[in-house]
Amino acid sequence: MPKGAVAITAERCKGCGFCVEFCPTHVLELSNAFNAKGYHPPHVVAPEKCSGCNLCGMYCPDFAIFGFRLQENGQAKGVSK
Amino acid sequence: MTHADPRCVLTGTHFINGDAACCEGALAAGARFAAGYPITPSTEIVERFAARAPEVGGLFIQMEDEIASSIAIQGMVWAGQKAFTVTSGPGFSLMMEHIGFAAMTETPVVFVDVQRGGPSTGLPTLPSQGDMMQARFGSHGDYAIIALSPNSPQECFDLTVKAFNLAEEFRVPVMLMMDECVGHMTERVVIPPAEQIPVYPRRHTKKPPGEFRLFEPGEDLVPDMAHAGEGYKVYVTGLTHDERGYPSLSPAAQKKLVFRLFEKIRRAADRLVMVESDQLEGAEVVVVSYGITSRVALRAVQMARAKGIRVGTLRLICVWPFPEKLIRELAPKVKALVMPELNMGQVVLELERCAGGQCRVISVPHAGGTVHDPAEILAAIERGAQ
Amino acid sequence: MSTTDLQVHNPVEDLLRQDRIPTIWCPGCGIGTTVNSFAHALLKQDIDLNKTAIVSGIGCSGRVSGYMNLDSFHTTHGRAIPFATGLKLANPELNVIVYSGDGDLAAIGGNHLIHAARRNIDILVVCINNMIYAMTGGQAAATTPSGSLSTTSPYGSYEPELNLVQLVDAAGASFVARWTAYHVMQLERTLEKALKKKGFRFIEVLSPCPTYYQRKNNMGDALQAMLDYKKRSKIKHGCPTWETAIVPGGDIIVGEFVDREREDYLTRMRKQLGPHYSEFPPQWDEQESMGCSKEC
Repeated sequence: MPKGAVAITAERCKGCGFCVEFCPTHVLELSNAFNAKGYHPPHVVAPEKCSGCNLCGMYCPDFAIFGFRLQENGQAKGVSK
Repeated sequence: MTHADPRCVLTGTHFINGDAACCEGALAAGARFAAGYPITPSTEIVERFAARAPEVGGLFIQMEDEIASSIAIQGMVWAGQKAFTVTSGPGFSLMMEHIGFAAMTETPVVFVDVQRGGPSTGLPTLPSQGDMMQARFGSHGDYAIIALSPNSPQECFDLTVKAFNLAEEFRVPVMLMMDECVGHMTERVVIPPAEQIPVYPRRHTKKPPGEFRLFEPGEDLVPDMAHAGEGYKVYVTGLTHDERGYPSLSPAAQKKLVFRLFEKIRRAADRLVMVESDQLEGAEVVVVSYGITSRVALRAVQMARAKGIRVGTLRLICVWPFPEKLIRELAPKVKALVMPELNMGQVVLELERCAGGQCRVISVPHAGGTVHDPAEILAAIERGAQ
Repeated sequence: MSTTDLQVHNPVEDLLRQDRIPTIWCPGCGIGTTVNSFAHALLKQDIDLNKTAIVSGIGCSGRVSGYMNLDSFHTTHGRAIPFATGLKLANPELNVIVYSGDGDLAAIGGNHLIHAARRNIDILVVCINNMIYAMTGGQAAATTPSGSLSTTSPYGSYEPELNLVQLVDAAGASFVARWTAYHVMQLERTLEKALKKKGFRFIEVLSPCPTYYQRKNNMGDALQAMLDYKKRSKIKHGCPTWETAIVPGGDIIVGEFVDREREDYLTRMRKQLGPHYSEFPPQWDEQESMGCSKEC
């Protein structure tokens, strides 16, 4: 059970790679897929390592990704609407 | 319309100059905030305002230049206040970009220009009317403004109040085009009781946030306003924008916005006409003038009448928008329109355009520095009467 | 796992005008990154967002005001600070933040920057320094490191660069700091601190411009610029600002340099005026003394 997870809005991504580089636990990689604008958005390659620290969200210049902590029951913690 | 706040009005009869009268006019109109930069011959206005503002809970800030002054006042307006700035030729040139910004963002502000001889540093302590075209067209792009021209300290008071009221009503920058003579001339100025001074309140929207669109025009094509800090999350930009205020960089959005900025003034042009006329009926020559020149012209008119010439006078109190309809009607009835100005012939170009070849239009130019010799104007009247 | 399933929501989005996203910024532009730190700082400080105005000038960073769901003012080039000055003085209740770029604030608006700091106007200025005029196509700026290539310095810039933090410190700002777009967490903390403080507060944030500055100077892409910031940055809180010049390839000194107590403009004005200042509100009762109805 991972401590966190990330949410990605692929259509906003411009493929800068900040999130991939600065994720402290290497959860992400840029995918081979294209979004509508032709960029390669990130995808999760190691979900179990995610701590939900949201450093990806802090770095993302396009508000396309953010991380959040998960509770024991798998529900999001503290960030629900 | 409401009326002036008695706490800001120095009701009574005063012996003050035009600059001081302008300051009192601004206070009466509800302006408690001003920004400016010292420049002769306008400085007395803000000197007085700096002393008076704390008495009414306002302030004057002397900015680092006229560019800063002309935008700081717009910040004051978007914070919910009435504000103005004061300058003369060189400073007026520096303010041009922000006249455009005020026109584009429909910010109700007043710019006072106490005109002095130009170009450049020119004649700092001597009069001119050389900024009249600049007032109308000085900023880049197309926009419409209102410009008033007082010819006495009393009118400096009255028209300053009027300038604020028009700025609020039409949400345009309004120029008060004084000149060194009027600014430094000391005369009797009667400031009426506050309840006799009409004040146009801010056109604040009655809609709650969420339902209100910042640049959605009313029937008179003028939008209502909301300020920063009221929960409306206003979006104000100098870019071409849509009714929400969001940038919209298309020819269609440009057309919609620019046409409206013009049309809101053009549509009210007849109502905005402010002239003072004498003996137009049956006149063979009409002297058209504004500001200090109108007082000099009066002497020439008296001399011409003594010689038996039927001369009428027309004084433009509101110069922009120009009283186009009035001139079109007048031109076919007279032999000539004579226009003395303390410049090389600026507003006369508009006069000529509106006269449309129906009569002679005689410009009496002057480089500035002093007023016309009435004999120069008389000679033009005599030429016109031939 | 989809966000709708989990009912999650990026808190930053509450501070953005959703209908204006995506932004116009290039891929890898650091401006958006700084906006995250700014948004989190605002949220954590529990500031009344209805009383918060953001003012920008012109340029890439000048677009920030328009993306924030606050009272947004996108003014003329270089004039965000004097506009903000007017806004703050006429309504002291507002939290006024200027968010703009180096060209806007330090070159065309340089005079206003100096004098707002000198007057200690109670505003927070966030200056995104990408070391170039980006919006207009990569021309040399006052902050472009000497010798750098740009579209108007094709042989390398001949001019020495301006050290903004030193300038603002000398002019008398209450709070002066510098971070880079890499320092997202530190920037957030500094912003939180600065939002609470009174007086003129200035935070410079170095940010990549991959399209112009990095590309023109063969410095790789935005990611490389971020890694370069990481490598070259030395955190030195309280460092004298005359020791913080940014030289090509050298250390980038970051941190909170100045934090001093100085009366801001309005506090000083009130104090000096004393009894001569009349508190104007409570409002004069308009209804009572109105000559005629508003509709007349």
